[in-house]
Amino acid sequence: MTANSIQLRTRESGERVVTLAGDWTLASIRNNLTKIRKSLKTAAKDASLVWDLQSVEALDSTGAILIWQAWGDKRRDGALLRPEHESVLERIAKIPRNPPLRRRENLLGLLVALGRKEFELVGHARGLLGLLGTLVLDVGRGILHPRDLPWREISATVYKAGAQAMPVTALVGFLIGVVLSYLSADTLKTYGADIYIVDLLGMSIIRELGPLLVAILVAGRSGSAMTAQIGVMRVTEEIDAMATIGISPSMRLVLPKMIGLAIAMPLISIWAITAALAGGALAAQVQLNISFLYFFQSLPAAVSAANIWIASVKALSFGAVIALIACHFGLRALPNTESVSSAITYAVVSAITLVIVLDAIFAILFRSIGF
Amino acid sequence: MAVLPIIEARDLWTQRGQQTIHRDLQLTVNKGDIVGLVGGSGSGKTTLLRAVVGLDAPVKGEVRLFGVDPIRAGRSSRLDARRRMGMLFQGGALFSALNVFDNIALPLRELKSLDEPLIRDLVMLKLSLVEIEVEHAAKMPAELSGGMVKRVALARALALDPELLVLDEPTAGLDPDRSRSFVSLVQALSKEYGLTVLMVTHDVETLTTLATRVAVLAEGRIVADGKLDEVVKSDHPFVKSFFGHMQAEPASLLNSRH
Repeated sequence: MTANSIQLRTRESGERVVTLAGDWTLASIRNNLTKIRKSLKTAAKDASLVWDLQSVEALDSTGAILIWQAWGDKRRDGALLRPEHESVLERIAKIPRNPPLRRRENLLGLLVALGRKEFELVGHARGLLGLLGTLVLDVGRGILHPRDLPWREISATVYKAGAQAMPVTALVGFLIGVVLSYLSADTLKTYGADIYIVDLLGMSIIRELGPLLVAILVAGRSGSAMTAQIGVMRVTEEIDAMATIGISPSMRLVLPKMIGLAIAMPLISIWAITAALAGGALAAQVQLNISFLYFFQSLPAAVSAANIWIASVKALSFGAVIALIACHFGLRALPNTESVSSAITYAVVSAITLVIVLDAIFAILFRSIGF
Repeated sequence: MAVLPIIEARDLWTQRGQQTIHRDLQLTVNKGDIVGLVGGSGSGKTTLLRAVVGLDAPVKGEVRLFGVDPIRAGRSSRLDARRRMGMLFQGGALFSALNVFDNIALPLRELKSLDEPLIRDLVMLKLSLVEIEVEHAAKMPAELSGGMVKRVALARALALDPELLVLDEPTAGLDPDRSRSFVSLVQALSKEYGLTVLMVTHDVETLTTLATRVAVLAEGRIVADGKLDEVVKSDHPFVKSFFGHMQAEPASLLNSRH
């Protein structure tokens, strides 16, 4: 690589000539771009100068554009070039000036965006309703022809979203139990109400925290995985391929996830509740001197069995909702990575929000049961 | 001083998982060569390209890109070698978060030494090279057709005015008209800049009109390498089945070469 140079010379005839020499390429220009541009500009100001580029050894598009821009985006009259560099400049002459690189913003942009969001929301509601309807038809068909039901996929979902989630739900449940028990202990001690720790923990964990905690964990863990799976299947056109083979994507992909998660969620909820109670009992033993054995012996008296059923019903519906939302967003993802990533975000956020809304509805529905 | 080959693979062994793909492969690409790499499905054409540009480390043997080991060399010389080449991936591999303009501008901006007016003209030049109209510059990759993705990806590969182009199936998915203009573009660039090209292709027309050399990959090594009319005469079973129709009537096809 030879360095580029720019020189001003006066010929014997009195003609003043700008001579460019050396390599005018990206590699030779990039480290002193400002300097080169400045000297080109200064030379270009004098219209009487003749440009001689015949000593230029290598000219690539960067070098050519730089010279072209100095000439004021046009060919300088009388410039001398090597024939092989002529075509480089010819191409540059064809570049469109001031291309429209940004899309025009609408003046009412904010209003339009708001309206578009509203339509989007309606679109989601309709999509969800449509998906739910298709699933009801699928279930109907499944009842008439049980062999058509995707048993293997259901069991896969129970294993992946249920069995494999056991360690993490147990750990989180246990820690929440410890924290709750630890924090309540002081207040209870002040009132001498130590033994009510059993009622407090039993009621809050079984009825409320257990299912909700597990729902949030599962939405993050399995819901996102479901959206990603279906979204990527859309990117790779696998869903279209299924449809052409005659497999209903809702029957084979959505239904097993919903049924599987509806089965798995109550089971892991009970599992997480057990872990949370164990954590709570352990902390109660340390803080309040209430024995582990006593804690669990007095639990049935403090919390009626109906609460376990309430917890299971809640967990079941949370599971179904998480799977439904996850699949809905996965199916709506456009075939590109950007859209899949935002679909996953929306799926997890909406699933958790909807679970909490549902939880509030259950709290009102079941207000007279289990106390 | 002897001229350094652009690409040199010596006794190359590569693996995918447990499977050995290349055994003792030798390949040299010199400046100005336009090498067409041919081989059956799964014969390791893409793997060879990946090894050559330093995306995958070979198990044994060595690879030299512009005389540098593209994986083990020091950071700056490795980066230098990579900036002297452009790669076109089979599926385009455009960044889906960036629009067409920004996709092509990215390698230029990454140099951190060019200013925006220069980058803008460079990008517009590359776009006009691959015959993409200006109104598509603000589009996102997801809004493009398959052939356009390919051409934008080629423009990105050309962004840094590379000395070496590594192309994985450049004309697959292009209509015959576009693949012909791709061929003439590469021919023009190689004439002007002495561009070196290593490409995988199944397109016989591209091979006959563009490639100055054909390398046939089979059984994990290069079984035939040379000018197309020499390679066609090889006795290797793969060459026979791939170029069989050309062996039968070599005159008509070979005469169509420029």
